Amino acid sequence: MSELNWTALIIFVLLFGFITWLGFAAARWRRGDLDLLHEWGLGGRRFGTVITWFLVGGDVYTAYTFIAVPALAFGQGAVAFFAVPYTIIIYPLMFLIFRRLWNVCHKHGYITAGDFVKGRFGNRWLALAVCITGIVATMPYIALQLVGLQVVIGAMGVSGTGFMADLPLFIAFVILAAFTYSSGLRAPASIAVVKDLLIYVTAIAAVIVIPYELGGFGKIFAAVPAQKLLLAVPGPNTTGAYSAYATLALGSALALFLYPHSLTGILSASSGKVIRRNAAMLPGYTFMLGLLALFGFFVIASGVDKLPEYAAGFKQFGNNFAVPALLLHSFPAWFAGVAFAAIGIGALVPAAIMSIAAANLYTRNIHREFINKNPTDKQESHVAKLTSLIVKVGALVFILFVPTQYAIQLQLLGGIWIIQTLPPVMLGAYTRWFNSWAMLAGWAVGTFAGTWMAISVKLTNTYPLHVGDHTFPGYSAVYSVLLNLAVAIVLTPIFNAMAANKMPVDQTVAADYQS
Amino acid sequence: MNTTEKKRGGWSWWYLLFVVQFAVALWPPFYNKADPYLFGIPFFYWFQMLWVIVSAVFTAIVYFAVEE
Repeated sequence: MSELNWTALIIFVLLFGFITWLGFAAARWRRGDLDLLHEWGLGGRRFGTVITWFLVGGDVYTAYTFIAVPALAFGQGAVAFFAVPYTIIIYPLMFLIFRRLWNVCHKHGYITAGDFVKGRFGNRWLALAVCITGIVATMPYIALQLVGLQVVIGAMGVSGTGFMADLPLFIAFVILAAFTYSSGLRAPASIAVVKDLLIYVTAIAAVIVIPYELGGFGKIFAAVPAQKLLLAVPGPNTTGAYSAYATLALGSALALFLYPHSLTGILSASSGKVIRRNAAMLPGYTFMLGLLALFGFFVIASGVDKLPEYAAGFKQFGNNFAVPALLLHSFPAWFAGVAFAAIGIGALVPAAIMSIAAANLYTRNIHREFINKNPTDKQESHVAKLTSLIVKVGALVFILFVPTQYAIQLQLLGGIWIIQTLPPVMLGAYTRWFNSWAMLAGWAVGTFAGTWMAISVKLTNTYPLHVGDHTFPGYSAVYSVLLNLAVAIVLTPIFNAMAANKMPVDQTVAADYQS
Repeated sequence: MNTTEKKRGGWSWWYLLFVVQFAVALWPPFYNKADPYLFGIPFFYWFQMLWVIVSAVFTAIVYFAVEE
């Protein structure tokens, strides 16, 4: 750990230099007036099938994914594979729901989920709830990307004390902030292409070379302890690991496209057709994610966690060090450099999209709604650029001064919070049956209940729901959003009756949702 | 011509493929077993990977069926 891996570091720095240049050059790509919010914050809605594929891939498969999914497989075994069914079911959702959202947002110039909710239900407070939930859930997510970056920088032996220890992260952060400010969404869109090429090269090489070195998949799986190899079969009166696995997959899938950065990626597509095509093409990433999860087992089989040269890394970063240690152990230094650059750049792409998405939300649904009601285009885009900086500084400060564990726990809570925006955003794409105040009440109850469930199980993600003498362990996000929906359904007729003659206007009509 | 226009954005029987995709992916008892192995990989893992490919094909079928 203490010795600097020069070869890997030089490759890493060169690749980082290249994407920095690319990030700034992106401002001139498919040139638009970056003083307009939809040009800066949605790339002018001009991205075709291929770029959207890379951009949404950059949203879904982040540096933290590359580090954390194999780390989970290494630590807890089969349950980590929930990432596969999770990413199997997101694409039909995208195909059905998000092309409708794309259509209506395109028609009315909506840039955020808050814009849509305000237009659809005419309730600025519901829009505000959606907006604040989005921003709050995104912040720890950005912070976690920086954690991914920290792990690979540490793996190359870059260490120091005090300020020097944080310097590399600080430099990466300044690069990220600068190109996001100047190029907007065009920067992560162009860098995403490089990131994915590097990730694919790494994953394919690893999946061929490492099993070969370890003597084949048979030997690898033979080294995995029996209790990690499969999900534990549930005992009597409980659905055990099965319901946990399925609800984790379902809840994560529902939450994913509610995150502001996913919507930003989707809305920047040039047509609804691009979205539907992508729904069929994006599973390419899922396949890769499954391969990456297997890395956790490669770690078990290779025994790198027991080698003295990686002990310090495991001590500092815990199981998150599993993948870097495996790469260092299995590949020549120069290729480890390529792989680390892939992960590092894989941190910058989603971090950039997330900060842009949070900035769009603040600008449209807080600043424009409550502070400056009639901004010029230039003022509006300026506010967004500035907000994207503030959001990133917040994430950096968080990572530097707060233990990593809190970022992970907050991100877990973030998933529970963001799913509470499901009724207005996802169901809102289909129906206006719900009363907006009833949805706001449902949102509040769901957020409170979900947070309470998560805290009651010490911030792990499965809550043991007891019904009679049966137990249904499941993802708190799923249980709390069901409660949210129940509240919204019960209160809707009551609130409608109370305010029968002053129903707000729906800006959208049925035809707006169809291509 | 008019009927196909109306179909778009509405219900299509092809969407049942998505239901199959969901039901299998979200029913762990179905695939939580080690046998049969494939190239040394337990069923649990290779089946879910295979299901990714099947799902992509399903989505592509729906795309062409609904779109064309």
